[in-house]
Amino acid sequence: MKFIQEFRDPELVEKFVNELHHITTQPWTIMEVCGGQTHSLVKNGILNMLPSQITMVHGPGCPVCVTPLNLIDKAVYLAEEKGVILCSFGDMLRVPGSKRSLLEAKARGADVRILYSPLEAVTLAQKHPDREVVFFAVGFETTAPANALSVVHARRAGVTNYSILASHVLVPPAIEAVLEDELTQIQAFLGAGHVCAIMGIEEYYPLVERYKVPIVITGFEPVDLLQGILMAVRQLEAGKYALENQYARIVRPEGNPEARKMIEQVFSIADREWRGIGTIPQSGYEVSEAFAAYDANRKFSVQIEKVPESSECIAGQVLKGLKKPVDCPQFGKKCTPQNPLGAPMVSSEGACAAYYHFAAAGIAD
Amino acid sequence: MCLAIPGKIKEIEYQYGGAVRMAKVQFGGITKEASLEMVPAAVVGDYVLVHVGVAISIVDEVEAAKTFAYLEEIGELDDLIDSCQL
Ligand code: SF4
Repeated sequence: MKFIQEFRDPELVEKFVNELHHITTQPWTIMEVCGGQTHSLVKNGILNMLPSQITMVHGPGCPVCVTPLNLIDKAVYLAEEKGVILCSFGDMLRVPGSKRSLLEAKARGADVRILYSPLEAVTLAQKHPDREVVFFAVGFETTAPANALSVVHARRAGVTNYSILASHVLVPPAIEAVLEDELTQIQAFLGAGHVCAIMGIEEYYPLVERYKVPIVITGFEPVDLLQGILMAVRQLEAGKYALENQYARIVRPEGNPEARKMIEQVFSIADREWRGIGTIPQSGYEVSEAFAAYDANRKFSVQIEKVPESSECIAGQVLKGLKKPVDCPQFGKKCTPQNPLGAPMVSSEGACAAYYHFAAAGIAD
Repeated sequence: MCLAIPGKIKEIEYQYGGAVRMAKVQFGGITKEASLEMVPAAVVGDYVLVHVGVAISIVDEVEAAKTFAYLEEIGELDDLIDSCQL
């Protein structure tokens, strides 16, 4: 497929790897923020191609993984007690809540559905005018325009039995939280390409300046990732820090203005709890006043008691890059993708699941 | 979650009484529908990056080619720097 295959070309991959070996003279620790990049790095065996001095640390960029327990409990409650048609993306259904996951709720008779796009949820609401349809709208900035569009579209079409349970997190405050942790070892970042396709790159300049770290906005294919790492290492080796854009075929400096307008219309920025990490100020979106009628939180005003996380799961440390999944005593033992203790073992973009799936092939160590 | 892949626009149509601009986008052998609302400039034949049913960016072919030239470019640049230092 065009714009995919060329970026997986083994010969080009080898050239980038060689160059990286050629220029690396000392140890460097780099974090890829986005779970999609973690998945690609592990799946394509890139971690094993890198010079031994380069350590890739996996960041908090898995929206499914950081969705608070309380919100999952709320979704389960809406599906079971309020009789709504609860829909979301596939991964979200398997994340353990304090009592059960959405998939378990479905097995017990709740109407829970997996959809490819939030726009399909609006169609579903049109088909079932007598039912309430709630879309569990999870995601980073990348997914926010689609979720916002579903709401705008519902209003345009006069659909009133549709709402979203928003669980939106933002990348720049998460990078800041990682850098503010005194234990952090991170010296450079690969920025999440698809987030920047929407938001642009402006908001990363202050982070680069303040923390004196290189940030390279990077794509997802093997060649993209290797080029991004190479650009970061070139800066590190030269003692420089700058914002660079490896992914310019997709990311314009200003992002996507239409998408940003859509987000601004529907969402406002708010403090957000990140599962395993805690509350990060101004790090998420909630549905704005203007669209209150489409906010499942307001529509159903459910109060769910907060339950503490499983003490055995060290997801918080894994998500901040302080520990690797294999450092977790439960990894592969009590915690597997079939029986996950924590969210990073559920989502294909969670670091724990990525390591588990590919460890068998000897890729992750 | 942020998975988004590039595909080629085969056809554009208006749905819901012209309110929504949708496209049939081809990814290899598969064709899927995507909203073009975020990429008003997109035309048939363009490659767009599609995420959860919404096209979020038009692929810039000139920029795409730069990745392939990158290693040669930095090679030349390094040569230039080296020769300046002599
Ligand atoms: S391996 Fe399982 S228990 Fe350990 S951090 Fe990952 S998700 Fe949590």
